Amino acid sequence: MAKSKITADVIRQERIADGIYSMWIKAGEIASQARAGQFISVYTRDSSRLLPRPISICEIDREHQNLRIVYRVAGAGTEEFSAYQAGDSIDILGPLGNGFPEIAPEKSAFLIGGGIGIPPMLELAKELNCKKTAVLGYRDSQMFLKEEFEAYADVIVATEDGSAGTKGNVLDAVRENGLMAGEDGRMGTKPAADVILACGPTPMLRALKAYAAEQKLECWLSLEERMACGIGACLACVCGSKEIDEHSHVRNKRICKDGPVFAAEEVEL
Amino acid sequence: MRNTKVSIAGVELKNPVMTASGTFGSGAEYGEFVDLNRLGAVVTKGVANVPWPGNPTPRIAETYGGMLNAIGLQNPGIDVFVKRDIPFLKQYDTKIIVNVCGRTTEDYVEVVERLAEEPADLLEINISCPNVKEGGIAFGQDPKAVEAITREVKKHARQPVIMKLSPNVTDITVMAKAAEAGGADALSLINTLTGMKIDIHRRTFALANKTGGMSGPAVKPVAVRMVYQTAQAVKIPIIGMGGIMNADDAIEFILAGATAISVGTANFHDPYVTEKIVDGIESYMERYQVEDIHDLIGAVR
Repeated sequence: MAKSKITADVIRQERIADGIYSMWIKAGEIASQARAGQFISVYTRDSSRLLPRPISICEIDREHQNLRIVYRVAGAGTEEFSAYQAGDSIDILGPLGNGFPEIAPEKSAFLIGGGIGIPPMLELAKELNCKKTAVLGYRDSQMFLKEEFEAYADVIVATEDGSAGTKGNVLDAVRENGLMAGEDGRMGTKPAADVILACGPTPMLRALKAYAAEQKLECWLSLEERMACGIGACLACVCGSKEIDEHSHVRNKRICKDGPVFAAEEVEL
Repeated sequence: MRNTKVSIAGVELKNPVMTASGTFGSGAEYGEFVDLNRLGAVVTKGVANVPWPGNPTPRIAETYGGMLNAIGLQNPGIDVFVKRDIPFLKQYDTKIIVNVCGRTTEDYVEVVERLAEEPADLLEINISCPNVKEGGIAFGQDPKAVEAITREVKKHARQPVIMKLSPNVTDITVMAKAAEAGGADALSLINTLTGMKIDIHRRTFALANKTGGMSGPAVKPVAVRMVYQTAQAVKIPIIGMGGIMNADDAIEFILAGATAISVGTANFHDPYVTEKIVDGIESYMERYQVEDIHDLIGAVR
């Protein structure tokens, strides 16, 4: 699969919550080749900022070769992106990383997103053919993308401030909704989910890894780390791995190249 | 046909453009973007006698016009390297320069000996990494140590030896002369400048290692100055690097006295950049009717 760096056109951009922006990009081959869980590197126009910003792909429109990214303004680079409008150009490199695995149709899945880890779960919700429940964790009642998830999955919500859904985190929402997963599942003999796919802050992923291990669930986590090259050469964005990695020959995996999606049991968080 | 060929210690490169160690892996990843056959040489990520896990993350931080890294020389060890990375690069018509790192003199010697029968064209000895506690820069900041490690490596090396120097010294020409006295065939400079970044919102260091090596266009004037000073001080060829983003920057280093140049951080900004620099050097020679690149090397005195 060929990766490329191109100058693409911004189709449209809108602010969908405080500090959260949604941008559609005419991305050509990058869009036709992309899959759920992959990301693109986005470059700023300011030459004082050399490194690309890795941003997950939120939606793919293969027919029109368009990509959607939904990102949080976290610094000067993303601040610059947030000012782009239809017709502006944007330099991107992709598609990068491995993406989420396919899940068999007879299985049922929890798609769990926390904060700015929510966007990549939307394309996954569109693509998966199995029974799926989206569990979305927000800071407050600004529940960006929630309505779009409702077109593809059952949706339950947790907010940190309790202003909507369950007060607490995504696992609190799972428990409060009686969606016990795994062998202790309350829904008859069939668990509410036998696979977890998730993206979000590390403490959330750590908790999900422990939960999946305890409930004996298949679990896939999308990780994040500071990156430089984005293609597996510079070894900046590593995570700890349980076994010696076959590429690095140490207990390290490259998030940009070997991930960002890993089986929970293969990584140390 | 204008001549872009240069020679480093008897090894002829088709052009002076090479990759800076640590930014390009062993070429496999960037080979998806550039034709490695077009590069003068690929300088590989530092390799030690055994696998090194490197430093904790975050390992990089962006700075104004540059970046800090503290990868900590993560590498798979020489055994894997000779089985996997050298055969990969041998498929291409480019020279192979293996960057060697170690914690002790014995570590360096072991790797150098292991490479004796391998088709590596040149060895680049990293005595200037600022991100590891032992070895690395510890060898590169004392002229006696520079001379001693150079002499010891030379004793065991079958290929010509390039010593990679640190800019984190009072006078780089002292280190350059020490390496030359120890028998170095060429010099690479500069390695990264030790720096620090603090995250004022989290009130913590941006890098887990606290300090890191600074690279990128912000360091270029320092690097050009050091290449120029070193070129006046030694007779052996110099490979210049430090913030080269385009062909103009590359020409600047060559005019300052570099026989070849390495491109590092710029790869992260543009994965196609090395080939663009090869083309750009040719365009420059065309524009100014320069028949031979040797007419540019050290031309500004």
